[in-house]
Amino acid sequence: MSSAFTKSAARNIFYGGAVFFFLLLVGLSFDTMQTLPKRDNRENLNESAIRGKHIWETRNCIGCHTLLGEGAYFAPELGNVYTRRGPDFIKAWIQSQPTGVPGRRQMPNFNLTDAQLDDLVEFFKYTAGIDTAKWPPNIEG
Amino acid sequence: MKYQSQAVAKPYFIAAIGLFLGQILFGLIMGLQYVVGDYLFPAIPFNVARMVHTNLLIVWLLFGFMGAAYYLIPEESERELYSPKLALAMFWIFLVAGAATILGYLLVPYATLAEMTGNDILATMGREFLEQPLPTKVGIVIVALAMLFNLSMTVLKGRKTAINLVMLLGLWGLAIFFLFSFYNPANLVKDKFYWWWVVHLWVEGVWELIMGAMLAFVLIKVTGVDREVIEKWLYIIIAMALISGLIGTGHHYYWIGTPEYWQWWGSVFSAMEPIPFFMMTLFAFNMVNRRRREHPNQAAVLWALGTGVMAFLGAGVWGFLHTLAPVNFYTHGSQITAAHGHMAFYGAYAMVVLTMISYTMPILRGREANSRKAQVMEMWAFWLMTIAMVFITLFLTAAGILQIWLQRIAAEPMGFMAAQDQVALFYWMREITGLVFFTGLTLYIVSFFVKGEEARAS
Repeated sequence: MSSAFTKSAARNIFYGGAVFFFLLLVGLSFDTMQTLPKRDNRENLNESAIRGKHIWETRNCIGCHTLLGEGAYFAPELGNVYTRRGPDFIKAWIQSQPTGVPGRRQMPNFNLTDAQLDDLVEFFKYTAGIDTAKWPPNIEG
Repeated sequence: MKYQSQAVAKPYFIAAIGLFLGQILFGLIMGLQYVVGDYLFPAIPFNVARMVHTNLLIVWLLFGFMGAAYYLIPEESERELYSPKLALAMFWIFLVAGAATILGYLLVPYATLAEMTGNDILATMGREFLEQPLPTKVGIVIVALAMLFNLSMTVLKGRKTAINLVMLLGLWGLAIFFLFSFYNPANLVKDKFYWWWVVHLWVEGVWELIMGAMLAFVLIKVTGVDREVIEKWLYIIIAMALISGLIGTGHHYYWIGTPEYWQWWGSVFSAMEPIPFFMMTLFAFNMVNRRRREHPNQAAVLWALGTGVMAFLGAGVWGFLHTLAPVNFYTHGSQITAAHGHMAFYGAYAMVVLTMISYTMPILRGREANSRKAQVMEMWAFWLMTIAMVFITLFLTAAGILQIWLQRIAAEPMGFMAAQDQVALFYWMREITGLVFFTGLTLYIVSFFVKGEEARAS
């Protein structure tokens, strides 16, 4: 780099740029929070769905599955599983794990009660209602 | 070494390498589970192996960053570390907390672990990469704050250089953004939004400051190029990193319920994110070409050049590959993400820590450089691991493209598991390449025990 461009100029670009773009990020985040009520399906985030999210977290579901595309890529996307499979299938599926088919990927059985299964399904119903800008491309996730 | 207290870096580096080995072993388990689904089930289900794999990665990189900081900050500040005892105490606390956490994952069902560790008081667990129990998260904060106090006192009382200020700023940022891991709202969109304030603002933000400082430090040492030149490069690189990377956070906000303007902000700014990484490549090669001395530690020079190139490929090129919103619509949450993640973490962060270890460890062991024989073995390890990682990334990319085609684009889309069966060949190839990586890592560890005549500057 040419000698006309000094270290202190570089330093000023760094500090100035960092502060400016951090403030811009904060500003955009503030605007996002204002916009979220229209998109994040909070009207369906009831007590049951909140309990469901807690079950989702404490069973580390994200360690195999994706949820709105984030998580592990070992097992199917579950953000839209409520739409894809429906409540009864989801519950029956969770209860019937592991399949024990030799060589196939296995999901543990978490011994969830009926009430816990209902909460989890309620959570999936809530996530399926989030406006994700039409993602995923199709129902398969 | 110039200052006695720099010696505290040594246990940090040894722990980092040990945990790195653990990370790779669990990676191999997971890789096999991708094709032999019931391997080790139910003893180690995939989610547990993955948690161990990713958490070990984070912890060993943190050990590496901390070791690097304890080494370079006294040297840059031209004084002893404020409190070597505190640094050593933090090492043991972090090691014990880290080991206990990993054992907890492996030995106790996750839901029980959550109950035992107060997750019902403040629920923070069960989110990707932030799976640590509450006491571990609090422990990370305490260890980080004690380290920052120790390092800040050292810098305050000593010489201030661009390198130690940037390193310190990066580490402060690391600690501050980690605090968002304690915020876990029930609203999933908000949860995800602020989760990225830890994950993205770490790896595509403040960690780049840490990486830049570490690379600049080693380059000054091994090339003898004027500090003014190197520090100017450092500032420009990290300026570009934050200018592109802060709003670049938006590339995670396309499909999680956030407003659609993020597709523009995220695409435009994250398309610039390769620039700082490309500059790191130029930086490393330029400085080595303009070197004023032949440093006897050629292995360290190789790592420094390697991290410049691989960070650009993994973080820059493979990041750009799927960062534009219309592309990401199809690639989001597929094996493409996994491909990028592997090469970016290895190229940028694993390799820069290994660069620092390569340069400092001989000095910490009382010599300027290792014997020629040991260095040759270390360089073999470099090539085995690096080439293996290139192929792991290529195979995962191939798997990803095929997966996306079958599951998301084809006229009659396949279900997830049906598509997985179709890409199994690539998973097998990835697993075999993983064994090559493991061989390289083994060689790397063995190279520390190779004796021979000390290499001297030519």
